[in-house]
Amino acid sequence: MRKVFYVLHVTNYARQDIMLKEKHATEIEAILAKYPTKRSAVMPLLYVAQQEYGFCDEQAIREVAELTALDPTEVKSIVGFYTMFFEEKTGQYVIEVCDDLPCALRGADKFVQHCEHKLGIRAGQTTPDGKFTLRTVMCIAACDRAPVAQVNREYKYSLTPESFDKMVDELK
Amino acid sequence: MDKHVLLRDLDTPNIRELNVYQANEGYAAWRKAVGGMKPDEVIQVVKDSGLRGRGGAGFPAGVKWSFLPKDVFPKYVVVNGDESEAGTFKDHQLIEKNPHQVIEGVALCAYAVQAATAYIYLRGEFYEPSRVLQQALDEAYAAGLLGKNIQGSTYSLDIYIHLGAGAYICGEETALLESLEGKLGQPRLRPPFPAVQGLYAKPTVINNIETLANVPPIVLNGAQWYRQFGTEKSPGTKIFCVSGRVNKPGNYELPLGKHTIRELIELAGGTIDGRPVKGILPAGSSAPILPASALDTKLDYESVQAAGSILGSASFVILDDTVDIVWAARKMVRFFKHESCGKCTPCREGTHWALKLYDKIVSGHGSLHDIIMLLEVGNGMANKCFCLLGEFATSPILSTIKHFRTEYEQFVREHQGGRANGYHDELMRDHAIVDHAIAGAPGEHGSSG
Repeated sequence: MRKVFYVLHVTNYARQDIMLKEKHATEIEAILAKYPTKRSAVMPLLYVAQQEYGFCDEQAIREVAELTALDPTEVKSIVGFYTMFFEEKTGQYVIEVCDDLPCALRGADKFVQHCEHKLGIRAGQTTPDGKFTLRTVMCIAACDRAPVAQVNREYKYSLTPESFDKMVDELK
Repeated sequence: MDKHVLLRDLDTPNIRELNVYQANEGYAAWRKAVGGMKPDEVIQVVKDSGLRGRGGAGFPAGVKWSFLPKDVFPKYVVVNGDESEAGTFKDHQLIEKNPHQVIEGVALCAYAVQAATAYIYLRGEFYEPSRVLQQALDEAYAAGLLGKNIQGSTYSLDIYIHLGAGAYICGEETALLESLEGKLGQPRLRPPFPAVQGLYAKPTVINNIETLANVPPIVLNGAQWYRQFGTEKSPGTKIFCVSGRVNKPGNYELPLGKHTIRELIELAGGTIDGRPVKGILPAGSSAPILPASALDTKLDYESVQAAGSILGSASFVILDDTVDIVWAARKMVRFFKHESCGKCTPCREGTHWALKLYDKIVSGHGSLHDIIMLLEVGNGMANKCFCLLGEFATSPILSTIKHFRTEYEQFVREHQGGRANGYHDELMRDHAIVDHAIAGAPGEHGSSG
């Protein structure tokens, strides 16, 4: 079998002193104990890493790979496959607005336009101050309370332009 | 129906609390089973009830459980709470408002097949609901309803929550298993079926959250009690998610086969401004659209199928006459293009080219020939994809053209020459995001498709 050698380009050595293994020891142990294989823990551990580092960068991937005894390339492929793992730095608040059909039937597209206008960015971008990232997402299972968004995985139901502005102003 | 069987929070608002749930017959079925029923007796009562899977396929739950080999251990129960079908939000309400009934159902299923471990797979976006469910699990453990030697019996059970991370394909049961094993969520070839080789290649039952929430009242009250609701072939009650152009979108629990689509829309407050219905999607984006002539179709698996669609997860998206059908079809195709896992060529390429054609038409650069091309792409994918996602992706294309072809032709003519229309901004946004994803810029990340 071919052994895959993977060279990571570590750009930020200073961060190496934060180690998930030590800082989140109890949580990581509890996660690993849930499954008969270490590999199954890869997604929950990526969430821990993302929580700590803000996104799944090389450091995060390397550490999760070590904890799950996987090759970093495999962990990287998981990060790439699932939309909720961020490969790039995001804003402090990630605002994800659903613009799928059921929400769009209740004005989601116009609502997204409003969000873009309010934040001064297009969907997919981050505000220059690093505060907000705006994304559009596929159905998030709350079509009865459209337009709907999630801010850092917290649901915000039945949004209006006014309530959105208020929310953003409060987070600023 | 005087009382809800599933959406019991509507009758008893605080049922999410353990003491309230227990005061309302909660965990009585569980105590009854662990205290004196043989595992096969639990399977038998579920079989007799005729309960069919509520996730979409409608396969009889008890029959599924009986497929597991008796002598292979460990076995696993995996609960599908991926709930990603556009227009579906029933499991969301169940786990947030009636979590103990879900847990009790999972426990009964695990006991019936003698599994010592169950995983509840929730979509990553259900982070908040997962906190509610985890709290309920902690309460159940503390009350000795889960864990080691439950209620003094020899049976032990652990239930864990596992969060996905944003991929519709993980609702496909074998892709879900892959994801749970820490791999890319891509479907497996069958056979072997999960009942024989599922999670970690061990015998596995996979059921939807709503399916299992039906089990406690069935075990407690018996199959005959359950069969008083619904029809011979589709017994019981079902949660109908109604969304789109109605006044009161929401979850409505009704006995199967008793009411019509028209009555369901009336229950949801009728259409906005009382406008006429143009189309009905009975199971979100993946079901073929039904025209308004199907409004009197009865709400059960067989009737909806006879009308030319599927009941699936019963997520009814209602389109009225203000909705542009071509635009709606594009939205659905965009969904499937985004969610295609990339494993098989017909789906990966088909959804990609179908979206390109829709973009061309919606932006006002389409021709009548593009409608024929769409049919070719749709028919080229049909029955050739590795899993149902690809097959579902053909529904919005083929069914909307079938029922609304003149509207397609009219759309092409009216928007000819790229004349400015209301969809410009939306198309630009979608494509900016696609470009970003390719360039690796912030925003959309690779995606599952």
